[in-house]
Amino acid sequence: MTAVITVPSSLDDLSFELVLDQLAAHPADAKVIVDARHCTFASPYGLTALLTLAQTRSERPAFLPPDDADKLTYWARAGFFRYAEEVYDVQGSVPRPRSTSESDVLLEITPVVKSDDVHTVVERIKDKATQILTNRLHLISRATMGFTMALSEACQNIVEHAGRGGWVMVQVYQYRKRLGGRHAVVIAVCDAGLGFRRSLESSPRRPLTDRWDDGFALETAVVNGVSRYGDPGRGQGLKGIRGYVHRWDGKLSVRSGTARIALVPPWDDDVPRRDNLAPFAGAQLQITIPEKSAA
Amino acid sequence: MRHIDVGSVLRHSANLPYADLVTRSTGAAVRRCIEAELSSLAHDDVATLDFTHIGMMDYSCADEVVAKLLLDLARRGGRPSSLVFHGITDAHLEAIEDVLLHHGLALVVHFADGAARLVGAVSEDERVLWQLVHARGTYIVDDLARDSARNSADVLPVLEALLDRRLLRRDGFTFAPIGVAS
Repeated sequence: MTAVITVPSSLDDLSFELVLDQLAAHPADAKVIVDARHCTFASPYGLTALLTLAQTRSERPAFLPPDDADKLTYWARAGFFRYAEEVYDVQGSVPRPRSTSESDVLLEITPVVKSDDVHTVVERIKDKATQILTNRLHLISRATMGFTMALSEACQNIVEHAGRGGWVMVQVYQYRKRLGGRHAVVIAVCDAGLGFRRSLESSPRRPLTDRWDDGFALETAVVNGVSRYGDPGRGQGLKGIRGYVHRWDGKLSVRSGTARIALVPPWDDDVPRRDNLAPFAGAQLQITIPEKSAA
Repeated sequence: MRHIDVGSVLRHSANLPYADLVTRSTGAAVRRCIEAELSSLAHDDVATLDFTHIGMMDYSCADEVVAKLLLDLARRGGRPSSLVFHGITDAHLEAIEDVLLHHGLALVVHFADGAARLVGAVSEDERVLWQLVHARGTYIVDDLARDSARNSADVLPVLEALLDRRLLRRDGFTFAPIGVAS
């Protein structure tokens, strides 16, 4: 029997949990249809996480694209269908992607499998990111450098730890509610690989504790900067991302397995840690950097 | 003094067609090439690493190219006697400062206008004495103690530490900046 997984009308890092809650009832080899027909908004996290969802299924899932023609065009422009067609049976016809040069998509969905892909991401986004972060987010040049570094390190986590490829996407938004109309740039990096707990379990650097679980593993890696590698220089990527996000009043959230932690700025009302979420392979990271406040 | 263009190392020696120092594997490849060049130097040589033709640098690359190079130099007490960094910009500094602090390391950056800056993990005493030496060129301990309003007995161990960390050099009885002809 085929299960239908309904994508919420607004798909972001928080509402993606509704997708995973539905999916949890069905084993990986069960046939599922991911129904996005009524989805009217999808964040970079939502789009990249939908791709990784398909990677977690041993039975290739079907996908129903959004009904709304504008949304369909946006998803195509973001590069979603280019990769969805590799991992889903996409139902119906979807538009061919057009140039993103005039859009707010800073970086359309881009696969990250190997080290060269990280170079490609950095090359493609560097100039445009500088322009957007300086002109629209009014950040100083050092912030734009940090942004590209954070993006590079987030992508490298896939190459170094995931054990399989993932995707990255970057977009600029106007946050009407939470940021009072200010813009923000959002990076989403999602993979369906090992995840933090399994990655650390392969190392003697894993803390010995009875409380060991996905949440503890996330705190160990993201907050304490512990890497599975013994090299004392390791673990600085996530530490650097954390420092960058904090410096520029941004938000960082990382989900892995059944837990999610977040560095929450004053403008957001998320919680720092969630446990006992529906299981999902790999690691899903989101970085949000807001426009500099006028005050 | 040996001048090493890191951009050229990246594109030619390491044979990687990039302008930026990103990813740990890229950093490791560049570091190995630089180490090979440094191994041919004499013990009292000073090498200059020039980052002018490098776009940006991330934390992983800074750890491989800068921190591991300095750690290896400190561990082996090997060649060259000092490393000086040129062409460092804001595009590199954020990552470099972070990894230096992480490992308790420091380095000297020379700018095109002749100014120099001590970057990384240094104490206030080390910074004050280093700045005095760099501003004047050479110093004997007693003069440095007087000018820094410190006792000679307190100044000497700080200077020795700066020598050990290759942030100053000894020139006869005086202490002198690295990378600057006396």
